Amino acid sequence: MSREMTGAEMVIEALADQGVKHIFGYPGGAVLPIYDAIFAQQKVQHILVRHEQGAVHAAEGYARSTGKVGCVLVTSGPGATNAVTGLTDALMDSIPIVCITGQVPTHLIGNDAFQECDTVGITRPCTKHNYLVKRIEDLPRVLHEAFHIASSGRPGPVVVDIPKDIQFAKGMYSKPKDFQHKGYQPKLKGDMEKIKAAIELMARAKRPLFYTGGGIINSGKAASDLLRELVKLSGYPITSTLMGLGAFPAADPQWMGMLGMHGTLEANMAMHDCDVMICIGARFDDRITGRLDAFSPGSKKIHVDIDASSINKNVKVDVGIIGDCAHVLEDMVRLWRTSSIHPDKKALADWWKQIEKWRGRKSLAYRSSSDIIKPQYAIQRLYELTKDRDTYITTEVGQHQMWAAQFYHFQEPNRWMTSGGLGTMGYGLPAAVGVQLAHPKSLVIDIAGEASVLMTMQEMSTAAQYKLPIKIFILNNQYMGMVRQWQELLHGGRYAESYTHSLPDFVMLAEAYRGYGIRCEKPGDLDRAIKEMIDVDKPVIFDCMVDQNENCFPMIPSGRAHNEMILGDAAEKLEDAVTEEGKVMV
Amino acid sequence: MNAPSTSHYPTAPTAQLSEAHTLSVLVDNEPGVLARVIGLFSGRGYNIDSLTVSETEHQKHLSLITIVTTGTPMVIEQIKNQLDRLVPIHRVVDMTTSGRAIERELAMVKVKGKGEHRVEALRLADAFRARVIDATTESFVFEITGKSDKIEQFVALMLPLGLVEVSRTGIAAIMRGPEGM
Repeated sequence: MSREMTGAEMVIEALADQGVKHIFGYPGGAVLPIYDAIFAQQKVQHILVRHEQGAVHAAEGYARSTGKVGCVLVTSGPGATNAVTGLTDALMDSIPIVCITGQVPTHLIGNDAFQECDTVGITRPCTKHNYLVKRIEDLPRVLHEAFHIASSGRPGPVVVDIPKDIQFAKGMYSKPKDFQHKGYQPKLKGDMEKIKAAIELMARAKRPLFYTGGGIINSGKAASDLLRELVKLSGYPITSTLMGLGAFPAADPQWMGMLGMHGTLEANMAMHDCDVMICIGARFDDRITGRLDAFSPGSKKIHVDIDASSINKNVKVDVGIIGDCAHVLEDMVRLWRTSSIHPDKKALADWWKQIEKWRGRKSLAYRSSSDIIKPQYAIQRLYELTKDRDTYITTEVGQHQMWAAQFYHFQEPNRWMTSGGLGTMGYGLPAAVGVQLAHPKSLVIDIAGEASVLMTMQEMSTAAQYKLPIKIFILNNQYMGMVRQWQELLHGGRYAESYTHSLPDFVMLAEAYRGYGIRCEKPGDLDRAIKEMIDVDKPVIFDCMVDQNENCFPMIPSGRAHNEMILGDAAEKLEDAVTEEGKVMV
Repeated sequence: MNAPSTSHYPTAPTAQLSEAHTLSVLVDNEPGVLARVIGLFSGRGYNIDSLTVSETEHQKHLSLITIVTTGTPMVIEQIKNQLDRLVPIHRVVDMTTSGRAIERELAMVKVKGKGEHRVEALRLADAFRARVIDATTESFVFEITGKSDKIEQFVALMLPLGLVEVSRTGIAAIMRGPEGM
């Protein structure tokens, strides 16, 4: 059944038909007809952000915490260019986003009209796909296709650029129906022969491990459940990337913690020494592998990924399975249950003994203090005081992000929103806005650094407008902490421009935004202050003054391999730990 | 194994040798599709040695892009997978690994000269089965079709005889036998 309506009305109709409840956006000349259509309806609620980058990050938080597509509406020109950072972030972390951009009328395209930019040209490399709709007849199909492409296969952002005259034009709207895009058909089921080969490798392993990533989260709750089942069945150890935290419960004894540059000693050593690596939904990113030629030299590698281009991109694998994590895991679990091969229990016990030895080094240990708040301690207390609640965590980018990943323990998927691939400072605050909107009754905390959070601080205003009681927990060390740490490591302690003079008074800033401000300077006050933060039914900025000189350990220094980590206790040897080549390369 | 590296960023796998591959890419004939392909190559640092694009089936809105690229086997594999990821791309076929591809190119070669040079140019053109498609009293334009090395050889021979300019189509490729792509 189709109905005649304007292009602008089609946009709203399509959003509603796709089950969209909220859209994050910012109006402007070239999207006014769509805003007019929003004004006239109740189905889709518009959330007015304060900057278009914030709109995309909010949509990312919304998407990541719900598994749904996040939606964005921005105007032409600066509206579109401001969204580019968010779109790139969503592309790198495979977050499903549909971003509708206004465009100048078709007859003005290419004329350098006011607020014109080549949106499809600019966003081509930072989206999964994009469209410029030049005929009203194409609009309904394109809108539905955009949702399909954003959410299926390896998810990602899709831009639909709609010129203003198309928004005014009238045409026939049709509902989404199952359609088969000729060229775009993501493969969900893995090749059974390869899955069999993988199971056989796994069964004969003496030192196996699971290395999982964000693909498990994207694949949905079923993938996490199946992963848990397979890990339990096999008794193998498991680690995960930053993006994959929560897919496997951190409280489980088989969990080794996060791996990679700031991963635990046990996870990285196990990666280096394993003989069979089962990588599911991760992509051998450079923060994970460290030095490539020394990456897990003795292992057979199994790689499950829905994106064929991820397989053999950085690391050559022995069994590459193209498919959706949940689908492949289902087959793996079934095969494992029915397979007659019995794993080598003795070898596995020895392997666990070795892992326990590494675990015994307590690589996350830090020197505690009774008069200054250690950032790790702050996260630990935050975790202890919020773990029994319905809590969602977002972060900015930097030291605080790594400490959050190390010290905040996730038991469930979709509870952890962070910018992994692009490393976008300023992600966490708007993402928290999106998460809180999707989960109004939950506790949503942005674990932040004072430098990152200032990049998108204006979204406090959004939080205040929609009465979203997000908690911004700032680990304030007055430095861009990770930059400072690298300068200490690599540049002789010359802290060029990494110290921020004239920081705002965050308590007053919170109040200026009609939120609530808390400052905490002593470890003894921390618990009380965190409880106060949780109880305030308003957006809160928590200014947690922490040790300015604390570094984030353990760390795989530049140019080193997994088995050459430096631990916190070795901090005084930092200078020697980095090779000359390493200084140049990273 | 992987190439030696001293960085957290992966370096180019230099252990493997580069090789040239001809890829046939079947795409939807829609605006921007070529930009997507070219943008992918420039954005990810791949080479394009030759590129031809033309609509092949008007009714189905399909175009065929033939790309000659060079890279290590791992990079060639990446290129194919990255191309396959683009939404308007239907199929990517590596004509080189198939071993059953025919590759042809067309060139128009302008030669200016008088007397002996002019006669020699004509004689060579005849030997290469190049056709004269334009002539003045002091110039010829030859049309020559064939494999790229044949065209290069012809152009090299024309150089001392008064070569003015060359316009080449780039490589078009098709598979031998009854099956389509």
